[in-house]
Amino acid sequence: MAPALVIGTAFAYLLALFALAAWADRRAAAGRSLIGRPWVYTLSLGVYCSAWTYFGSVGRAAAGGLGFLPIYLGPTLAMVLAWTLVRRIVRVARRYRITSIADFIGSRYGASRTLAGAVTLLALVGVVPYVALQLKAIASAYAVVAGARAAAPAWWADGMFWVALVLAGFTIAFGARGLDASERHEGLVAAIAAESVVKLLAFVAVGAFVVWGMFDGPADLFARPGAAPALQAPADGGAWFALVALSMFSVLLLPRQFQVMVVENVDEGHLRRAGWGFPAYLLAINVFVLPLAAAGLALGLPDPETYVLALPLAGGAKTLALLAFVGGLSAATGMVVVEATAVATMVCNDLVLPLLLGRGGALGGLVLAIRRAAIVVLLLLGYAYFRIAGEAYALASIGLISFAAVAQFAPALLGALYWKGGTRAGALAGLGTGALLWAYTLMLPSIARSGWLPAGFVEPGPFGLAWLRPEHLFGLQGLDNLSHALFWSLGLNAAVFVAVSLARPPSAREAARALQFVDVLEPAAGERVFWRGRARAADLQALVARFVGAERAAALFAGRPQGFADGRLVQFAETQLAGAVGAASARALVASVVEEQALAPADIARIVEEANTLRQANAKLESLDRLKDDFISSVTHELRTPLTSIRAVAELLRDEPEMAAPERARFVAIVVDESERLSRLVNQVLDLAKIESGQAEWRDGDVDLREAARQAARSAGALLRERGAVLEVRADEALPPLRADADRLQQVLLNLLGNAAKFVPEGRGRVRLSLWREGGELRAAVDDNGPGVPAAERELVFEKFRQGGATRAQGTGLGLPISRRIVEHLGGRIWIEDSTLGGARFVVGLPLPRPQETPR
Amino acid sequence: MSKTVLIADDEPNIVVSLEFLMKREGWSVRVARDGVAALELIRSERPDLVLLDVMMPGKNGFEVCQAVRADDSLAGTRILLLSAKGRDTDIAQGLGLGADGYLTKPFSTRELAARVRELMGPTP
Amino acid sequence: MKPPRSPAAQRLLALFVGAALLFDFPLLGLARGRALAVFAAWAVVIALVAWIVERDDDRR
Repeated sequence: MAPALVIGTAFAYLLALFALAAWADRRAAAGRSLIGRPWVYTLSLGVYCSAWTYFGSVGRAAAGGLGFLPIYLGPTLAMVLAWTLVRRIVRVARRYRITSIADFIGSRYGASRTLAGAVTLLALVGVVPYVALQLKAIASAYAVVAGARAAAPAWWADGMFWVALVLAGFTIAFGARGLDASERHEGLVAAIAAESVVKLLAFVAVGAFVVWGMFDGPADLFARPGAAPALQAPADGGAWFALVALSMFSVLLLPRQFQVMVVENVDEGHLRRAGWGFPAYLLAINVFVLPLAAAGLALGLPDPETYVLALPLAGGAKTLALLAFVGGLSAATGMVVVEATAVATMVCNDLVLPLLLGRGGALGGLVLAIRRAAIVVLLLLGYAYFRIAGEAYALASIGLISFAAVAQFAPALLGALYWKGGTRAGALAGLGTGALLWAYTLMLPSIARSGWLPAGFVEPGPFGLAWLRPEHLFGLQGLDNLSHALFWSLGLNAAVFVAVSLARPPSAREAARALQFVDVLEPAAGERVFWRGRARAADLQALVARFVGAERAAALFAGRPQGFADGRLVQFAETQLAGAVGAASARALVASVVEEQALAPADIARIVEEANTLRQANAKLESLDRLKDDFISSVTHELRTPLTSIRAVAELLRDEPEMAAPERARFVAIVVDESERLSRLVNQVLDLAKIESGQAEWRDGDVDLREAARQAARSAGALLRERGAVLEVRADEALPPLRADADRLQQVLLNLLGNAAKFVPEGRGRVRLSLWREGGELRAAVDDNGPGVPAAERELVFEKFRQGGATRAQGTGLGLPISRRIVEHLGGRIWIEDSTLGGARFVVGLPLPRPQETPR
Repeated sequence: MSKTVLIADDEPNIVVSLEFLMKREGWSVRVARDGVAALELIRSERPDLVLLDVMMPGKNGFEVCQAVRADDSLAGTRILLLSAKGRDTDIAQGLGLGADGYLTKPFSTRELAARVRELMGPTP
Repeated sequence: MKPPRSPAAQRLLALFVGAALLFDFPLLGLARGRALAVFAAWAVVIALVAWIVERDDDRR
């Protein structure tokens, strides 16, 4: 095909993607975001599939059957845990405005700039070869589709240079157009999601065409001679396991993956869909890999990595081949744009900015410039690597070397989420050890093999020392080089991380961060404030304004306390800044305008304790408030009832001067009765209120229970006689004295007797009052032959104004609650049992004074 | 034949005063002491108006009101709710259930009499 | 690290372990010629994740 056609199509496609991104950004600004849907998020994760997937998978399948598959099974495994593990990460990132993987790790371990910088460096080193790989893939794809002979080598090389620059330009346009405080790039995500769809459709289209257009279905295809290698089992079991493990880490730890999965996430709920949607995408895009490999082999085509283009061309479908080229280009571009954006953010925030923080003045523009420069530099480095390592054999496995590099973040990351004991020193030591071993066992041998180091380095080992051989370190045999490297690097990384962390306990700052990260799912976690010192709100606002602009800073600080800033405001300011410049720099910046008072680790625990207590106290206060409101509304209701009678009757008396005498007498009696009732009620309410608020006076003295009972019986006598009830008193002979308030005790007994009198049947009521000693208590019981109290209501009757129920007592509804309060104040209990008389038995138990406390 | 008023309230002294008042106004009076009895009497005696207390044992006034309004054969029954609860929400709830009026306790006897007269229409 | 409390989290963890074992069985050459079986197993795992996760109404 004509180069012009190919290049034209490519540009048209990229511009369409850019238009989509711009449109998505505009919609987001208007508040009608496109990326609020779970499928858009899920598809954006498809950026994992780069040109390596598009071209490299078929190549590996042709050589070694299923050996291409493990790097998709790993992500599937990782996504199984998306809803749990990744959700935690996303929540932490949202809460603390974390903008990259370096920021995450650095922030967790004490907002350490050193650690963040180390992570950035390792990520950078890992990513440059991966970018080069994309450029190489584009180059070979173009060669197939447009005909390699169309270009002279010198121009050709320059062509890729311009491609790299164009990609840099697109990256800037997508990812570094402006500064967003949350580091979100809505347009980018929309474009990536669309691009995932294009990739998938193109690949599937080619696959379908080959299987059913060029052959007669899968059975026919796989039966062809020459197709056999595509169906082999993978030769090396060990490598399979290592690949699954590596890809499982990479799907989260690669800068581009962390960016789309964590930083760009707008809704945690999307992780549900992504947990199975993304693996489903991977499955779909891999279904046709084996058929394509088999077809290419069957037709004897050269260079399996380009089968996806060569096959349609061989089958005469030029348009389809062009579509496939666009798909591959799309895959490569997507990867480069997102990766470069993510890495540029890290380089800016965690490498360059900390060195420049001494400067004053507005830094917003500077930050943007640094990001853009970083993008261009990264692409140029990628191009340089591509030129230098060129056609080297080592390039094919560079992708896996990158995976192994970012896998070194795993121990620190998992520790960040689940282990409060992880320290900065531990993370640094672990990361350093891992990086060193990775470089020694994987990176250097590959460089040696492409001729940049003496071959004797690998075998028989540096300086001839066998136990230092990079691929058989300390004599470890029997593992392929990837597994071997993983074993040593990750193994020692984790071990050193744990050992160094345990060697010294976390500092206060580390402990505070640890709590914030590990407890992120606890509801109260957001309320703790781990900052002490002095700060002024105006200083903080000015600082934030330097990065997000004066207007936005004013909006953020509006409605917040002015004057001296409290810890909460300081943390708020720090979080806002973190969104723009990363947690480590944010901490340093804030530290420069405030006077922090250093916290000790013990303080941290105390703060958590205080926050919990505060939360509990608030909850209690709310429930008490509600109870008070209920009480007031019950009291007003109870007060209005007698008032209604009094008013109605009094009005009738007023308006009927001619009322008959008996009637008149009756009405006057009603007024008197209800007034008494009202007055009793008011007294009881006041009594109860005083007891409950602790303001009642208690006159303790020695009380003879028999005497108190006698008094109560006398007072209740009138009521009992009125109802024709008989009172029987049974008291033990010698009852020791109690320490209590005599009047109150009498009040309780009178209340119980009065209730009994009200409930016994008219004329044949029987009430029995018993007093006896049981163990360390004196007990008094009132039995009656009334209807009794059903078991379900035995607690309810002691509540104020219990409503409803079959038996609505005559009276105030407050007598029993008051009795209970009194009894409890005296250290006793009151409860209800069934009575031998057939009704209810109210029992009061009161503790006797202990022998040491002899009554005076 | 004079029109009938049913007084439904569990407080005896309130019943006494309401009974006197309604008789003085010239209406026939029936009395129910709880919600269940009230509903039965409404069905059996078909009073023209019910003075319905809200806080009653058995069924409360709102439940009685709802039951009456759900029954088409009782459509002509006027309902005047009486309650110590006087918040706007309570009044709205009562009227929403189909009551024809709502008076808060303590009420004025003159006002009550006037409302009853209004609701009953022309004199017996 | 505390064991996960929500039932969905426990099921996911169990599925993770199970799938990890399942996906590594090709080590033993069981997948010789049985590419279809591997893809089928893969699809089953994905379906299980979908089932567990779409049913969980944890709103922590």
